[in-house]
Amino acid sequence: MSDELTFHFDVDGENFTSAGHASVKVKKILRELGLDPETIRKVSIAMYEGEINMVIHAGGGEADVSVDDKGVTIVLKDSGPGIEDIDKAMEEGFSTAHDNIRSLGFGAGMGLPNMKRYSDEMNIESTVGEGTTITMKVYY
Amino acid sequence: MKVSELIEKAGFAAVTLPDAGREIKGAYAGDLLSWVMGRAKADDAWITIMSNINVVAVASLADVACVVLAEDVELDEEIKQTALAKEINIISSGMPMYETALEIGKFI
Repeated sequence: MSDELTFHFDVDGENFTSAGHASVKVKKILRELGLDPETIRKVSIAMYEGEINMVIHAGGGEADVSVDDKGVTIVLKDSGPGIEDIDKAMEEGFSTAHDNIRSLGFGAGMGLPNMKRYSDEMNIESTVGEGTTITMKVYY
Repeated sequence: MKVSELIEKAGFAAVTLPDAGREIKGAYAGDLLSWVMGRAKADDAWITIMSNINVVAVASLADVACVVLAEDVELDEEIKQTALAKEINIISSGMPMYETALEIGKFI
């Protein structure tokens, strides 16, 4: 894989039941590329958590995934409310999600911590009132 | 042990079984989906009482061997179809999560 492969997805912010659509597609693509199962698992979970966050908090957004000879890069971009306190948001158990989200099994305050856990590098750029861009890298 | 063997030995019921020969190497119990994704390992049997569509996505992404629905929790037909399409094994136990976990613990 000397060339970089890129994939773009629009994440629908309206439909909670279809959330995860992009992550599942990415998982399928990575399997077809023959990546090892652990890398696929890390990328899939990290991206799914990001996707769910965009649906819960930001009304959707965009996901760009690129695959090269070193690893997989995921860029998640939204125009949502932004994250007021990133350090706080990174704490396990801290959540601003509402009860209806919790009844679906989300909102445990584990989304961002899981994204960090499963990526080898993670960068968050967020401006309150403008949006958030998260870049995650998973190396082979 | 294989998912099909667990069903037989523990007296569980098959809900969707597209990959009956999948090997189970451990188990995890929990209903908070991010918690499951953070803690469950690939090839685990995941015991839960959650029954919404996101369970299928989490099972797929976390790469668990099967979902074990405790307390005879039932799934909508649409969710079963999605599980089949994504090749997710789902089995059902009439017991609560704790007893279900104990039962699985006898065999893995």
